[in-house]
Amino acid sequence: MPTLAVDLDLTFQALADPTRRGMVERLSRGPATVSELAQPYGMSLPAIVQHLAMLEDSGLVRSEKVGRVRTCRIDPAALSLAEQWFNQRRAEWDRRLDRLGEHLQRFPDGEPQ
Amino acid sequence: MSIPTATKRSVAHGVFTIERSYASVTPQRVFDAFASIEGKNGWFTAPSDRWDVIERTLDFRVGGRERLSGRWKSGMVTEFDATYFDIVPGERIVYTYEMRVDGRKISVSLATFEFKPSGAGARLVMTEQGAFLDGYDDNGSRQRGSREIVDKLSAYLEG
Repeated sequence: MPTLAVDLDLTFQALADPTRRGMVERLSRGPATVSELAQPYGMSLPAIVQHLAMLEDSGLVRSEKVGRVRTCRIDPAALSLAEQWFNQRRAEWDRRLDRLGEHLQRFPDGEPQ
Repeated sequence: MSIPTATKRSVAHGVFTIERSYASVTPQRVFDAFASIEGKNGWFTAPSDRWDVIERTLDFRVGGRERLSGRWKSGMVTEFDATYFDIVPGERIVYTYEMRVDGRKISVSLATFEFKPSGAGARLVMTEQGAFLDGYDDNGSRQRGSREIVDKLSAYLEG
């Protein structure tokens, strides 16, 4: 599939369902097998595979089968630009608020005069 | 981050929340670290071995401004420019801010800080809602056709 041809309708449709959003959220933390993806949901494997197919059609998720195990991952090209941007700003604030904690430990009773 | 040489117009909207608990200090003490230059010098800055302050001002009142700019060892100049909209002593601060890198505006954001008691200490909840402008470059792997949805998705996942 050409990388520029991601269909926004398919993407919105894919994300309109809480199970599929949960799967994307899980995959945003790293690759997972189909059975790992299915684990939190009380659903049949075919139902999970159907959700997965919609995510794949939308271009958000890729999967590959090695032996008998299908492993799914977020398409890094689809997520990298905005993720990088937000993660960077968030990381800046993480560092600042860590420094604030150190500052408060050094001066618990008030600012140094 | 790397800034593209030719300006490509884009806006990504994002929201994130960060929570921190600070033991053995009151919410008022945490608030105070936001309320003066002395306090902010203790944490709202870059490591001094990598960065030199060009300008630091703080007018901590509703309608007041804060500016912090500095030059990194690489030569890059970053500027933070904020306007305070809501200040509830010991409880809440709301400001808007813009960030510039080498004069280029990269974001305009609303930042909200809530200071809450938590056991014998304090809890800080920071929320940033931002419009991130023109700036990002993801090493050639960007997928322009899906930019809009990817931005929304990231905001959702980060939220």
